[in-house]
This record gives sequence, C-alpha cells and structure tokens, in this order.
Amino acid sequence: MKQFFIFVKKEFYHIFRDTWTMIILLLLPILLLVLFGYALSTEVRNTEVAVLDHSKDAATERIISLLDMSDYFDVIYFLDSPEEIHQIFSNESPGLVIVFSEDFYDNIVHTGEAAIQLLLDGTDPNTAVNISNYATTIIMGYQQELLEIFSAPFQIKITPRFLYNPEMRSSYNFVPGVMGMILMLVCAMMTSVSIAREKETGTMEILLVSPMKPLMIIFSKVVPYFFLSCINLVTILLLAVFLLDVPIVGSLVTLIVISLIYIFVSLALGLLISSVASTQIVALLISGMALMMPVMYLSGMMFPIENMPVFLQFVSNLIPATWYISAAKKIMIKGLGFSSIIRETIVLSIMAVVLISISFKKFKIRLE
Amino acid sequence: MNKIIQVQNLYRTYGKVQALSNISFDVEEGEIFGIIGPDGAGKTTLFRILTTLLLADSGSAFVDNCDVVKKYRDIRKRVGYMPGKFSLYQDLSVEENLQFFATVFNTTIEENYHLVRDIYVQLEPFKKRKAGALSGGMKQKLALCCALIHKPRVLFLDEPTTGVDPVSRKEFWEMLGKLKTEGISILVSTPYMDEAGRCDRIALIQNGAFLKIETPDKIKKDFALPLCAVHGKSMFALLKDLREFDGIYSCFPFGDTHHVAFKDESVSIEELRSYLEKKGHDDLILNTIGAGIEDCFMNLADGEVSL
Amino acid sequence: MSVVQTEQLTKKFGHFTAVDHISFEVGKGEIFGFLGANGAGKTTAMRMLCGLSKPTSGKGIVSGYDIHKDTEKIKRNIGYMSQKFSLYEDLTVRENIRLYAGIYGIKEKEIAPGTDLLLEELGFLKEKNTLVKSLPLGWKQKLSFSVAIFHNPGIVFLDEPTGGVDPSTRRQFWELIYKAADQGITVFVTTHYMDEAEYCNRVSIMVDGRIEALDSPANLRKNYECDSMDGVFHQLARKAKRQAD
Repeated sequence: MKQFFIFVKKEFYHIFRDTWTMIILLLLPILLLVLFGYALSTEVRNTEVAVLDHSKDAATERIISLLDMSDYFDVIYFLDSPEEIHQIFSNESPGLVIVFSEDFYDNIVHTGEAAIQLLLDGTDPNTAVNISNYATTIIMGYQQELLEIFSAPFQIKITPRFLYNPEMRSSYNFVPGVMGMILMLVCAMMTSVSIAREKETGTMEILLVSPMKPLMIIFSKVVPYFFLSCINLVTILLLAVFLLDVPIVGSLVTLIVISLIYIFVSLALGLLISSVASTQIVALLISGMALMMPVMYLSGMMFPIENMPVFLQFVSNLIPATWYISAAKKIMIKGLGFSSIIRETIVLSIMAVVLISISFKKFKIRLE
Repeated sequence: MNKIIQVQNLYRTYGKVQALSNISFDVEEGEIFGIIGPDGAGKTTLFRILTTLLLADSGSAFVDNCDVVKKYRDIRKRVGYMPGKFSLYQDLSVEENLQFFATVFNTTIEENYHLVRDIYVQLEPFKKRKAGALSGGMKQKLALCCALIHKPRVLFLDEPTTGVDPVSRKEFWEMLGKLKTEGISILVSTPYMDEAGRCDRIALIQNGAFLKIETPDKIKKDFALPLCAVHGKSMFALLKDLREFDGIYSCFPFGDTHHVAFKDESVSIEELRSYLEKKGHDDLILNTIGAGIEDCFMNLADGEVSL
Repeated sequence: MSVVQTEQLTKKFGHFTAVDHISFEVGKGEIFGFLGANGAGKTTAMRMLCGLSKPTSGKGIVSGYDIHKDTEKIKRNIGYMSQKFSLYEDLTVRENIRLYAGIYGIKEKEIAPGTDLLLEELGFLKEKNTLVKSLPLGWKQKLSFSVAIFHNPGIVFLDEPTGGVDPSTRRQFWELIYKAADQGITVFVTTHYMDEAEYCNRVSIMVDGRIEALDSPANLRKNYECDSMDGVFHQLARKAKRQAD
C-alpha cells in the first residue's frame, strides 16, 4: 500500500515539474470554458438587416424600430428596389433582408392580412433558422401590441425564404470549412513535422554540411506537400459535388486560384513553425494548438463570427482560414464572382508573402 | 606539409557550462588526428564548430584554408561529416541513402566508388534493406560510405564507433587506415582509449580543455612515473591496502590488475610486495609495466571529474 | 552456495531460439561478467534470471527462488540497473532514493539515515536535493548502482552500466562493484567493453544463444592464446552464425 502512495507522489512531482503539462492541465480547461461559455455561441446577435419597405407607414416603421432596438438585429441598409436584394447579399452579406408588402398598415386594418417576406442567407442553415425565428418572434410581438388596440382579428403573414440553400443542407456550410481545415492541416502540420523530424533524427546536420543551399532543403520539403494538397483539394471538391450534392455555383477557376493562394499561406505557416520547433512533438503541438483550434472555433466554420466579442473577431481576422472559408462559401454556395472576393484575395496574398519572407529569414543555416 | 585544419584559441559556452576553453591545434594533411576524451568533454562542440554548424564565442578556425565563419559554404562542399548518433535516413534503403548523398554532393556513386569499395562490399548483400534495419556496426559502415562518396578533403568522424561491437570497431579502424593512403585527412573523436593508438597524433580532452597533444607513443614515453601491475586474490582489499602504502602516487583498478604509480624511482617493487604480504595477501603477482594511453589520461586528468 | 544456477535454460520465440540450453552457476560474492555480441542472447537470458520473462524450458534458481514459479519473489530480492534507465531525471537525489526504497519495502525509519550514509560514501551528500538531471553522467551511474543495492539484495544485475563515461569515473564505478562484492553481494554484469571483462572473477561469452566459453579472464586469455579479452572475443565471434548484419 505504501508503495502505491509513493508512486502517486512521484507522479505528482512529474506533473508539477513540467511546465507544459501544467499549462495544458490547468489553463486549457479555463480557456475552453470561457471560449465556449462566453465568446462562442450559435446565438445570433447584431445581425445586419436590410429593409425593402414598399409601404413606409406607421406599422412598418414600428416593426423596423422594434427589430433595431433588439439585441439581435441592427437595421443598417435601406433598399429601394427588389433588384438591389441580390446585390446587397453579394456585397455586404446581411443576415436578413426584410420585405414589406405595399399598403401594409392598410391591409392589416382592412383586409385583415398583411405580408412580410424574410429573405435569409441559407448557407448556414442553423444560423438562418435562428435569425428567422427571432425576427418572427419580434414581429409577433408587434402583432400582440396591435391586438391590444385593435379588436378585429388580423394576421401578419410571414414567409421566410432561404436563399442559396433551399433544402437547408448543413453540408453547404461545413464543406468550405472542412476544406479550410484539411488544407491547413496537410500543409502546415505535415510540413512542420517533416522538417522537425530531420532536426530530431540528426539528418539535418548532415544536410547542412553539404553543398545544398538551405533554401533548396526547404523547397524540397514543401513541394510534395503542395502536390498532396492539390490532390486533396480535387478530392474534396469531387466528393462534395457528387456525394454531398454541394454545388459549385460560381467559377471553378476562381475557386482553385484562391485555394492555391491559401495553400501557399499554409505551407509558409508550416515552415515558420518548423523553424521554432526542434522536435516533431513540439511541431505537432504548436500546429495543433496554434492552428487547428483557432481554425475550428474562430474561423466562422462552426460559430458565426458576428457573435463573437470584438477581441475574438480581431483574432479571427488574423486566421487565414477565416478569409479562405469566406471566399470559398461565396464562390461555391452563392455563386459570386471574383469581384466579391477581392478583399479575401488581397488579404491572403499579403499573408502568403509576409509569412514566406519571415520563414526564409528565420531558417537557420547553422544549428542554433 | 600543408595544414588542413588550423584552430586558435577557440572558446565556447553553453549557458553556464564552458564547453570549450582555449582550444588550439593543427592537423597536417593526410593525418589521422584523434580527439580522445569522455562524454561531455567538448568533442562534439568542437566538431560542430569545425564543420560550420556552430559559431565559437571567440577564436579562429580554418579548414582547408577556409575560415569556418566566412567561408562556410566552401567548407560544406569539401568535407565529409559523420555526427555522433546514426544520422542517415532510416526509412531509405542502403542503396537509396548512398545515391542520395552522392547526388547532394554533385557526384555519382561510380565516380568515387574505389574509395568506398572495401566497405561497401560488406553492405552490398543488404543494399535493398532499409537503413533502420541494419545492425549498429553496419549502420556506421554505411554512414562512412555516405560521408566518403564525394571524396572529401577532410573527414570529420564524431565518435564513429560508440555502441558498436568490438569486431566492427576493429574493422572500422582498419578502413580508416586505408583512407590515409588516398590523401584524405581524418579528424576523429572517440572515448575508447585503445583506439588512440591507431592515430598519428592525439589530443586528450577533458572539460573543454586539451590536456596534451602528441603522438601516442610520445605520450606514453612521457609518463614519468614507474608503473606496476598488481594482482591478488581479493582485489578490493588489495586496492585499499595499496592506497595506504606510502610510496604510491596513485592506484587505479584496471581489470584483473591494479595499476600502481610509484612516487619516484626510489620505491621498489620488492618493498611493495613485502608490505602486501605482511597485510596477508595471497597469490600476489607484481610486474613492472609500460604506461598505456589510459594510464596517461588518468594521470593528466587528476582522476576526479568535477561538477 | 550458488546464488544463480541454471540448467539447460532455453528461450524460444516461435522458431527462433534466442537462448539455447545454457547451464552455469554463479557463487556468492562473485563478480560475473556476461558477455556476447548484440543479438547473441545475453539480454534475453538476463531477463529470465530477473524474473521478467518465462523460460521455454530448462531450470533456473536465483537467490533460492525458482525462475518459473517465484518470479515475484525474485524481483523483490534482486537489484537491477541498466544504462538506458536508472533514475528519474526530474526528481531529486533524495526523492529517487526514497522512491526505490519504498518500492523495495525498506522500513520508513531506515530510509533517511540510509540515504545520508549512501550519499556520504559516494561523496555527494551536498547534492541531496539536486535534480538528477543536473548531475554529470558519471555521478548518475554511481548513484544508480548505489540505489540498486540500497535494499541489500543478494544479487544485483547490471545491464551495460558504464556506457559513455570517462575512464576515471568508470574506475570509480568498478570500485563500487568491488566493494559490493566484498560485502557479499553477487554482481552479474553484462557489458560490451571487453576490457571491463577483466574486472570480473569469471566471464561467460555467449554466441548464437549458447555459452561458448566460461572461465576466469586469465584462463580464457591463456587458452585462446590472446593477450586481451578483445582477442578472445574476436575469435569466438568469428564462429557466430547469427551474423551481425
């Protein structure tokens, strides 16, 4: 029995004396809890709303102000014609476009029926349904208000329409997310582990003491993973289209170009990680903690970015996957053209150039 | 004779440890120069500085007339390097490893095959086997081939025979002897004192400093004290009693005998024998012996390893 | 009274016979060297003697216990030290001793004074609370050995204990072995440093799973007409069919 306790005591010593284990054991749960409990949620807040108001009367004004006053919505855009609807979805990505029929108030009073159409971005079905429900609740609240003044029965008919994803398939949302994750995984993690392995086994020493320029060594590492990523890209797209029925509504060429830029960014990240990691385990851990987790939680893949606290939104914008997933969704699901992803393209290109330059600079021609 | 390696006043620290302390020496072209000393003495640090993998804190070093700091690229083209642990690709075959290194050095296996032939014939039956599946001795032979395949001017071998069985060790050193005839200079480090005798000149190193640089024969000749090997029935008790004897400078166990160094010529073996017999020791055998490299090392190193 | 006794001890792995009918005896207080090339079977044989592996056939008695039936008793009555692992690097000297003493069931009140005594003899009492990873290699090995015999076992098994240390530390280590043997602890050591074979009272050399030679170093050198154990080993190894490839 005594032996058992002495072993337990020893195990405690091992844990306390290893900083990294302590950090993971104690800090990580706190971090995750705060993240999930506070920062990440599937709730919808501050959704941007665009209004197409054919009536512009007291009723519609009241509904609009009720929406705006709630935490969930920010009424920002006011459209003048139905043609602008498609444009606003391409350029600004509001969560909701609300369309009021003509003579709204008059219809309520006289015919007992008025119509509101809710147009929602169906790319992320869960969020869209939530938005639709919140909007409906608020409109029902108005209906209740009115009922207390009015005794005659009436009904506001609310029709939600989910654009881009009429069948509300969740795969539409997660396929671009998975693409972002897998390409990052293959390129960054595998590249960094491969270079770290050379350092760990000692073969890097021999390679350095040879005529080979260190830059060649890097390139030779990067090339196979580049090819693998391209194959992965093709495979995912084929599966998505043929197995999951996810459409590529927009231009395939544009999609491939932005994917290639993203692959470069990921490879550069892998190189950067390998220059600080001296063993494979460290490379793996850094790739996991510093890359995978943020990609999964903060890139908008699972949790809407709009709902995150400002600080996390800022962090989210630093993650290459965020921009890539946003661009991929626009091209694949919304069928938008290159003009809609100019911002993403520029950001990713800058990231690629900056990261590649830093990795080259940091690559050590000596052992320390 | 051209000096293929020139080192002057090299210093290097790692944190609080002084890894190298005022190291200076030269290696002549075509020499086998041995650096003999235990683990942690600084051998690997010295090798890494000379192969341009580390920078010294101060001092200068030239390999084949190239400065290790400024002309590192030139050095890297002309040297062969075998670092301490086996550092080839475990998941590539013998053949693939050799092919890889030949190509990396802009040559082909055929071009310099004559250099590695004697070694490679032993590996040839296993040429398709993955390097990771070879025995320790075979791995070292393969590593040597890969370091030689581009006909380097200098070979840096850092503890090439550590962990290898004695038979392979012997064969390895025979191969090194043959390389000398090709004009390749060799700087080799080893903790095995018996291998020191196979070098042209050796430097004894401990705690980052050279104790002595000489030919092995001269080091042995320079050992000033009379040396005697003592064997008895109970070796442990013998050790205690020997150390208490007045005329003794040092006494160390050396396997089946204890090596005893007398303070000077005045002490005689007969004195020692009668002292021991009085102490009750049986089966005594005492012989005068010449000093071996290990005796010299012990003497120079003061016998105590400090923290 | 022999501390180790084996009779036709054999270990097979499928069709491969790692240890082939070996028989030998080791007496109390003897320093016994167990030599052989890598793959010759010495590690496998030693594991059977330590109670870590069950023999395929043959008999063996260690410290009076049967290696088939009483493996747990054997483990409690022997000491063990290997090059690959000995002490926990992130525990202090004192904590390591405490740990092993506890495992071997030494009484609580004997541990602290025993620790001080041990460290004083080794000459590093002031490093009692130093983390083992800060000690030089030679000190670690000496400490490992002392910890291995802390509980006064009848026999201690040393598996390649002196890799990589400088000659003087290696000597100090062997002096510790001498002292232990003098106190009646049998020392069973495997090594590939042939010159260390010279420290042993008797030496056995295994080739292809069989014991090809067993005698004192002096006799072996005479019989094989070599002036060193290296030469003896070389001659025997030549016969090996289990080619080290």
